[in-house]
Amino acid sequence: MAAEIKVPSLGESVTEATVAKWLKRPGEAVAIDEPIAELETDKITLEVYAPAAGTLAEILADEGANVPVGAVLGRIAEGAAAAISPHPPIADATGPPLSRIAGEGAERSEAGEGKLAALERSGPAVRKLIEESGLDASRLVPTGPGGRISRADVIAARAPVPVPPPPVPIAGEREVRVRMTRLRRRIAERLKAAQNTAAMLTTFNEVDMSEAIALRERYREGFEKKHGVRLGFMSTFVKAAIAALKELPVVNAEIDGDDIVYKNHYDIGVAVGTEQGLVVPVVRGADRMSFAEIEKTITALARKARDGKLTIEDLSGGTFTITNGGVYGSLMSTPILNPPQSGILGMHKIERRPVAAGEKIEIRPMMYVALSYDHRIVDGREAVTFLVRIKECVEEPSRLLFDM
Amino acid sequence: MPDRYDVVIIGGGPGGYVAAIRAAQLGLKTACIESRGTLGGTCLNIGCIPSKALLQSSHKFAEVDNDLAEHGVSVGGIALDLRAMMDRKDKVVTTLTRGVEFLFRKNKIGWLKGKGRIAAPGRVVVTGPDGASQEIEATSIIIATGSESTPLPGIDIDEKRVVSSTGALTLDPVPNRLVVIGGGYIGLELGSVWQRLGAKVTVVELLDHIVPNMDRELGTALQRVLARSGMEFKLGVKVAGVQQGREELTLDLGDAERQTLPADVVLVSVGRRPYTDGLGLEAVGIALDEHGRVVVDDGFATNIPGIYAIGDVIRGPMLEHKAAEEGVALAERLAGQKTSVDYDAIPAVIYTWPEVASVGKTEEELKAAAIPYRIGKFPFTANPRARTNGYTEGFVKILAESETDRVLGVHIIGPDAGTLIAEAVLAKEFGASAEDIARTCHAHPTLNEALKEAALAVDGRAIHI
Repeated sequence: MAAEIKVPSLGESVTEATVAKWLKRPGEAVAIDEPIAELETDKITLEVYAPAAGTLAEILADEGANVPVGAVLGRIAEGAAAAISPHPPIADATGPPLSRIAGEGAERSEAGEGKLAALERSGPAVRKLIEESGLDASRLVPTGPGGRISRADVIAARAPVPVPPPPVPIAGEREVRVRMTRLRRRIAERLKAAQNTAAMLTTFNEVDMSEAIALRERYREGFEKKHGVRLGFMSTFVKAAIAALKELPVVNAEIDGDDIVYKNHYDIGVAVGTEQGLVVPVVRGADRMSFAEIEKTITALARKARDGKLTIEDLSGGTFTITNGGVYGSLMSTPILNPPQSGILGMHKIERRPVAAGEKIEIRPMMYVALSYDHRIVDGREAVTFLVRIKECVEEPSRLLFDM
Repeated sequence: MPDRYDVVIIGGGPGGYVAAIRAAQLGLKTACIESRGTLGGTCLNIGCIPSKALLQSSHKFAEVDNDLAEHGVSVGGIALDLRAMMDRKDKVVTTLTRGVEFLFRKNKIGWLKGKGRIAAPGRVVVTGPDGASQEIEATSIIIATGSESTPLPGIDIDEKRVVSSTGALTLDPVPNRLVVIGGGYIGLELGSVWQRLGAKVTVVELLDHIVPNMDRELGTALQRVLARSGMEFKLGVKVAGVQQGREELTLDLGDAERQTLPADVVLVSVGRRPYTDGLGLEAVGIALDEHGRVVVDDGFATNIPGIYAIGDVIRGPMLEHKAAEEGVALAERLAGQKTSVDYDAIPAVIYTWPEVASVGKTEEELKAAAIPYRIGKFPFTANPRARTNGYTEGFVKILAESETDRVLGVHIIGPDAGTLIAEAVLAKEFGASAEDIARTCHAHPTLNEALKEAALAVDGRAIHI
């Protein structure tokens, strides 16, 4: 009997994917739910899991092929051979052999251990580390004896996914041609579409960061100790943006045909640069979150982005976006809208600059902020007021407290 | 301004002092309240440590008397210097409690001498031995006040002729007849001490078997060995009262024949109960269960935010190492980590001779839970090291789940069982199968080989039997 490996549902508005990589070769044993191939979509990379245990019989869509949702990628010949363990000790030439003594006992142990969750057999240190890392134990690749998860396995899973270095031009070659990844093509398409559709322009302002910095210094240690996450400026800007969005709801709106759709939910996209390209995971319901919850959510999403573990749900449905070019050192820039949203806030590098404070010149930590907006629905007055509100809230964070 | 701490721990026993050290290591400002005058709690002062010192000393005495001749060593003129034995025990205790004091200084932990009372969440009043009190503030309060001997209604303890475990550590002279009420590990250990030093020991137990929490097979084996050495057992017998005569004590046994039992000293060791006197728990509204234990969740939090409890005052076995594990876990949780305690992997040891040690499920528990299991047993008589040492009493018993071969329980009665059990605890923490133990190379000749053989025996293929 053969089971078909199909392209899974990829979430709303995604209809096809590219086969990025086969993790198994024909003839290789696979266990049920074992990852067997990687698909790349416009938004993310995802793994396809074996629908049944057996042997990978044939591959019908080679690497690089475009496949629609529901298409058959390959077939698994169902058989008892690999039904035993999700991590069969075979084909592991480097690892220590599970059984040093051949015989009936050895076979029994493989059968037995396979039925116990790898997590339970991996010891207290590993269990604690997994718990603290927020990783899904069933997604880790165990390399310990007998399929146990080792501490190194957890640490490896937390580390950023190594990316193949960009092709270095070989001496003598005048140029190198590389096919864009699907993610890069999609980024290109969407950015250009945004420019073509929206009447996009940008307003600027500058923010004196003195008070925000002082606040962070004051609470940095305690905050981290209590919440287990670093206190950054992102939570302050998210909160400031939500205050401004509430005051100027059109910035949180979108155009749908001849209608303007105003949204009473505040799902803030936070742009994260990864080795593969820019992704914008969404902090959902950020208006109902505390500063600590926002920082935690952003940290978790950034980690997932780095590890290539974002899901479609993590990326869809934002109502407003914040991008921070400052992390790369940008002093000023004009961010491009993330359609169909109508506004995007650009944060930049904090730089100590002389500014007039009353009649004196003082050196202050200053940040330029930019708001790009869709002038089709957002008027200049609204955009400028929006950015001024953000400026006020960040310069005087106590305003956030009193809703001023 | 009252002193302010991140963590204040009430009780300087193994739960409290270990929690204090771990919290301080993690950068929390920590204080520990202890009224005893020395740190270390029951365990170091009047529990595990002095009793083990006496067990070791009395074992040596008995060894000279009974065992050395077999090894070709003849000794004449054996005499007991009880005073020297007690002095040594006291010195061991002092060294260890001073050691904890040193660790407190090293980790900059404040030792507040006196009794602690929780005035309100975040506030503790410490009343010193001179009656002066001070109030301190704490983000987190940990109750680690431990336990005390449970008294028996109608029997007054004077710690001279009618003693608790505390008085049983300082008897002088050796009583001719010692009656132990309660067949748990405390009574058996202290009974063993005085029996080895010459007392005629009788154990009276209400249940029909001793060491009720241990695997029944081990309990039976232990009783057999102790009986052979001269300890007498009266099981299923209630003690109705103790009459204090001028020369001797008389126990009224509540059995059908209304028997009496004469004694020079009676040790009451019927269990321990949580100690929460004067803590102010009712005033703050901290919930206790029907046994008087502080109710906590998996993270050791009581029903009042900011107040936690660990060790003997909460659910679970009243054991030093259990309290210490909880202390570490709680301190780490307060510092933001996610540590938990695996209660199925906490060993229990009885330091009689032979020792009894156990981890995980007993055979009775597995039967009750209808979990199919396989047994592997291996006797120390077939273990070469036990032979060479001359102590071959006992066996190792491994219980493994039928389907998965996972180790569910390991029970050892034999020489050094308390040390041997560590391997089994580690196996349990790693969810090891019996075969994992069986396929792990064990040095020869060692007592540990008996564990390997018992693991092989689970699959019916022990080599040396």
